[in-house]
Amino acid sequence: MYSEKVMEHFSNPKNVGEIEDADGVGEVGNPTCGDMMNIYIKVKDGKLSDVKFKTFGCGAAIATSSMITELAKGKTIEEALEITRDDVAQSLDGLPPVKMHCSNLAADGLHAAIEDYKKKQGTD
Amino acid sequence: MAKIYMDNGATTKPDSEVVSAMLPYYNEHFGNASSLHSFGQEAADALDRARQQVANLVGAQPEEIIFTSGGTESDNLALKGIAYLKKNAGKHIITSVIEHPAILNTCKNLQDDGFRVTYVPVDDQGLIDPAAVEDAITDDTILVSIMHGNNEIGTIQPIKEISKIAHDRGVLMHTDAVQSVGKIAVNVNDLDVDMLSISAHKIHGPKGVGALYVRKGTRLESLVKGGGHEFGKRAGTENIPGIVGLAKAAELAGQRLDDDASHVTKLRDAAITKILGSISESYLNGHPTQRLPNNVHLRFSYVEGESLLMLLDMKGVAVSTGSACSSKSLEPSHVLTALGIPPEQIHGSLRITFGRENTMDEVDYVVESLVGIVEKLRAMSPIAPKH
Ligand SMILES: Cc1ncc(COP(=O)(O)O)c(C=O)c1O
Repeated sequence: MYSEKVMEHFSNPKNVGEIEDADGVGEVGNPTCGDMMNIYIKVKDGKLSDVKFKTFGCGAAIATSSMITELAKGKTIEEALEITRDDVAQSLDGLPPVKMHCSNLAADGLHAAIEDYKKKQGTD
Repeated sequence: MAKIYMDNGATTKPDSEVVSAMLPYYNEHFGNASSLHSFGQEAADALDRARQQVANLVGAQPEEIIFTSGGTESDNLALKGIAYLKKNAGKHIITSVIEHPAILNTCKNLQDDGFRVTYVPVDDQGLIDPAAVEDAITDDTILVSIMHGNNEIGTIQPIKEISKIAHDRGVLMHTDAVQSVGKIAVNVNDLDVDMLSISAHKIHGPKGVGALYVRKGTRLESLVKGGGHEFGKRAGTENIPGIVGLAKAAELAGQRLDDDASHVTKLRDAAITKILGSISESYLNGHPTQRLPNNVHLRFSYVEGESLLMLLDMKGVAVSTGSACSSKSLEPSHVLTALGIPPEQIHGSLRITFGRENTMDEVDYVVESLVGIVEKLRAMSPIAPKH
């Protein structure tokens, strides 16, 4: 059902954990629905110097979380905001159709973390 | 890597004796049981023997066994067969909220056809209160259908008591015994039921074959129209290899019932004790004692079941979950919802169903694996308390 790429990220997720002094935190999803993601970012010179996640959810939720941290790390804020749900799914060689909607929250989580960062900077 | 099957509630491995018994009915004795020549008579003889063997397992008479394409069809035949025949006598059916979809969706279908259905609730351990059935019966009630052993949480219902209530009011009683047959003693006279559903693939038989016990004198409308097969209750040239497989599985289940039950009970109780003892915030779902001997159903706070299932699968262990994320509908299990378990905990549920081939070493392996997996997932979970 899942691609090899998804299984790889699911079984060995990258960048798991919290960033204690994060510059931005994005919280998306809801445990009642079965998927919840927190994305933490650290920003340095306009770039995402560190990205981490904590996720409660299915294999797809964990894999997309792991993937987004890899996609976003080192990118500028503007570049990171352009990463879409589809980009995440494509980087994972696709997701099962039923998972495209509910578990593919990682891009939203990243964007929410950036919004949070901007708000804190007062640049919104 | 180990490959350990602990999902016997989903299906079971066909016993090698079952497969051997079936093969001649593909390779040599391929006749149509309705044919008068010797090929046909071989098939007809096999059919008669099979009917006797299946009847023996549940204490029935052979002519009370109707072969079907499985548990789903048996459930459909029981409900619709009675409803369509008795629609002028009454239009009310009573069932429960925790039935298998084969019952629930048939009931929905009957509701669309103008029947009324009452779904009696369960308590937080999954038990039905027979008094709730009694209260639901009206002069319009034609059938009560309550499952024997639940396929998710394994709770065993007080069928005998419920049958008595139904019969005292002149109402027919059906039970879906797909999960209990072969696990505990099931006798149609003890349970006092008019109809009882059986599926071969849950008792180490082949898929796509089952039976409906229909008590002598109970009439029902056939759903599959055609020739006069199965006493006019289910048309179609009989699936002789499948039926022979079901019968062999039934024979073996009868012979091994006591040994199998005591074996899986030991595994079940050890697994429950060990898991609850070694993983914090883990809970047993269902009833502590009124449960199928092979059923372990647990939930773990802060983790999601599909992830649990997949990580166990990577360690070679096959189990199942009630998490919405693993269901085609993306709905959390209706059974766990009926117990009043909050959705985020339903997502963290896990079902282990043992079979006669599992061992205590495998239990230890699965417990050890689970401890590590739950720990890993909780370390990743934003809702788990920090240590
Ligand atoms: C309680 C119950 N009823 C009915 C069925 C359906 O049986 P079958 O798979 O043979 O159609 C199952 C199997 O999933 C079951 O567990």
